[in-house]
Amino acid sequence: MAISKKNLLLGGSSAVVIIVVAAVLVATLGSSSGKNGTSAANCANVGTGYAVQQGKTVEVFTSVVGDELTRYQTASADFTACTGIKINWNGSDQFEAQLPVRVTGGTAPGLALVPQPGLIAQMVATGKAVPAPSAVKANVDKYWSASWSQLGSVNGTFYAAPNSANLKSLVWYSPKQFAKYGYTVPTTWTQMMAQSDKMAAAGQTAWCGGIGSGGATGWPATDWLEEVVVREAGATVYNNWISHKVKFSDAPIIHAMNTVWSWMGNSKYVGKVSTIATTSFQDAVTGIPSGGCMQLQQASFIAASLPAGSVVSPTGDAWVYYLPGISSKVTTPVEGGGEFYLAFNSNKDTVEAQTFFSSPQWAIARIKAAGSNGGWLSANSGVPAATYTNPLDALSAKYLSDPNSTFVFDASDAMPAAIGNGAEWTGFTDWFANGTPVKTVAARIDSAWPAGN
Amino acid sequence: MSLLTRNKAPKLADHNAGRKLFGSRGATITVWIIAIFWTIPTLGLFATSFRPKEEISANGWWNFFIHPHLTLANYSAIFSSGTTSGISNGIMPYVINSFVITIPAVIFPITIATMAAYCLAWVKFRGSDALFYGIFALQIVPIQVALVPLLNLFTGGVHIGTVTVVPALHIAGTFVGIWLPHTMFALPLAIYLLHNFISSLPRDLMEAANVDGASHFTVFRRIVLPLSVPAIAAFTIFQFLWVWNDLLVALTFTGGTEGINPLNAKLRGLAGTWGSHWELLTSSAFVMIVVPLIVFFSLQRYFVRGLLAGSVK
Repeated sequence: MAISKKNLLLGGSSAVVIIVVAAVLVATLGSSSGKNGTSAANCANVGTGYAVQQGKTVEVFTSVVGDELTRYQTASADFTACTGIKINWNGSDQFEAQLPVRVTGGTAPGLALVPQPGLIAQMVATGKAVPAPSAVKANVDKYWSASWSQLGSVNGTFYAAPNSANLKSLVWYSPKQFAKYGYTVPTTWTQMMAQSDKMAAAGQTAWCGGIGSGGATGWPATDWLEEVVVREAGATVYNNWISHKVKFSDAPIIHAMNTVWSWMGNSKYVGKVSTIATTSFQDAVTGIPSGGCMQLQQASFIAASLPAGSVVSPTGDAWVYYLPGISSKVTTPVEGGGEFYLAFNSNKDTVEAQTFFSSPQWAIARIKAAGSNGGWLSANSGVPAATYTNPLDALSAKYLSDPNSTFVFDASDAMPAAIGNGAEWTGFTDWFANGTPVKTVAARIDSAWPAGN
Repeated sequence: MSLLTRNKAPKLADHNAGRKLFGSRGATITVWIIAIFWTIPTLGLFATSFRPKEEISANGWWNFFIHPHLTLANYSAIFSSGTTSGISNGIMPYVINSFVITIPAVIFPITIATMAAYCLAWVKFRGSDALFYGIFALQIVPIQVALVPLLNLFTGGVHIGTVTVVPALHIAGTFVGIWLPHTMFALPLAIYLLHNFISSLPRDLMEAANVDGASHFTVFRRIVLPLSVPAIAAFTIFQFLWVWNDLLVALTFTGGTEGINPLNAKLRGLAGTWGSHWELLTSSAFVMIVVPLIVFFSLQRYFVRGLLAGSVK
């Protein structure tokens, strides 16, 4: 008994020693990583007007993790060296769940990199978010189109400056096949449809289509409808559609659905329409290089599903063109996604970091950090096109950074999950698989809309 | 002594009945089948952690047995300060953090709970039963509802109107701020388990000690504590596994202070935003598993004994 008691006590005291040693270790590791690299910094790349604030740290809380986060650290190194403000890029895959807890619990970060406009509104409603300082607002007004500053605003007050952006409004085609048959890249919707008629007359399949995606089957079709809605009706109707002020069965959406049906639901262009519902979205792109089908509306990521050995270039096996607009009233409609910097305090260091992140210098540094593979683009019009080393990024950035562009967020992602990840998918799958009338599909989705939204 | 033997007799019979039930051939085979099926995913993960990245994405882990290309690349990547992991100093600082969080978060509740359990079981005072039932009832409070209020207490204190009831503790984002919630949420179950065990100790022992002039503290230290080792060890396993594997409390209370994040909070991040480095998850998951395995196997002989503590009277 006495021995076991001794052991227990001994175990206790050695555990305390471990804790102390470990705590010291953590402290030393923490301090050693806070070194300053002033020597290699090029302050011309950071911009002017920043006050030096040594010893300050601004936390940026983000959903970005892993090697992508390392690139953020690389890109902000010059800013830290020149202003003394350390940026603590704190990435968490639980970002969406953690941010509300941290904000309401009183441990809000200095800045949060929010990927959904809905979450910005939710954070502003807590009363803890602070409106963007004037320098940030000036940058966004100068470098971004008005639709971007609207997305970062809540009830008319501007809060969040955009960070990166991505573009969905792309059509894949094969430059080699187009050259072979003498087709050109269309710049208007009418041209695109006229050329599709020509392809159909020549016995070709003008459009590839596939909306199969396991449990998420139907999502590519939601993108088709979204592209048409913003092209025909503009951003206001589009954003009201997200909030269900405009219903699926209202005239603009029904009209857009009919347009989609005359395009992707047109057996003249796609062959047997019902096969769209059974073809996976990855398989849809495989016909592009060989000319099995001529065009496919899909975002840039689908390049990964091209057959091995396909050359992605403006003269190669596969390339993209911008899905042209329909109504002349809607200038350069683009659908995509993006992230926004939302601030939770107005400390001088936070404001300075926020201002830097809204500058072209930041976007340029971040694009350079991405390297030749690219994958990071900004809608900041202050970024010279030559900054992009990846041609696909350069093409996307051209439309995103157009000062007149009408940028809208992916609607199905912004709608309640019961619709955007549910009724809309199943409804559209039914639409393409069975040719269910447009009005029936629309009514069914409307009736599934959760009460109180 | 005769009293002890008499107490033991029915227990032994129970034990034999149990042995009969679980000792049959059919039961043994069933248990083995369950054990094997249960272990297959872990085995697959273990095999995967030694396979090269290209092969992991090309084919399943069972190909490991046909083409055993072993590599330690996945392990070296998570410990070295590389760019792939997105963690500047490798995972070692976070492994240490996990220990710094877990060890006190196990010691604190056990120390408090053992004393409280002794008190509630053997020191009679007015309302001790009510207090015990109150503590027991606290188990039904789910941890999730308390997270944000607790965090608010740590960062802002408690105010009624303009009157400060509790000042801001300013311990969010420190180790104390994680030890405290873990201790709080462990106490009801710990006190309940240890109370049941300690209250079933033979009364004669305590009375004999009292007659010899032992104070409560002496009885606790010289009699109760040594006899309670199985129960304490069982709860140590419970609490260690719970705290070591905990993500929710860690994420909530470490807040933005990345320097005190446990390994758990960093694991998923290793795979990258688009999951392009998920081979790193296999090796880091194993680093994560090794410690609880050591704890479990070194204390497991107490486990079943401790689990049954107080349940058979």
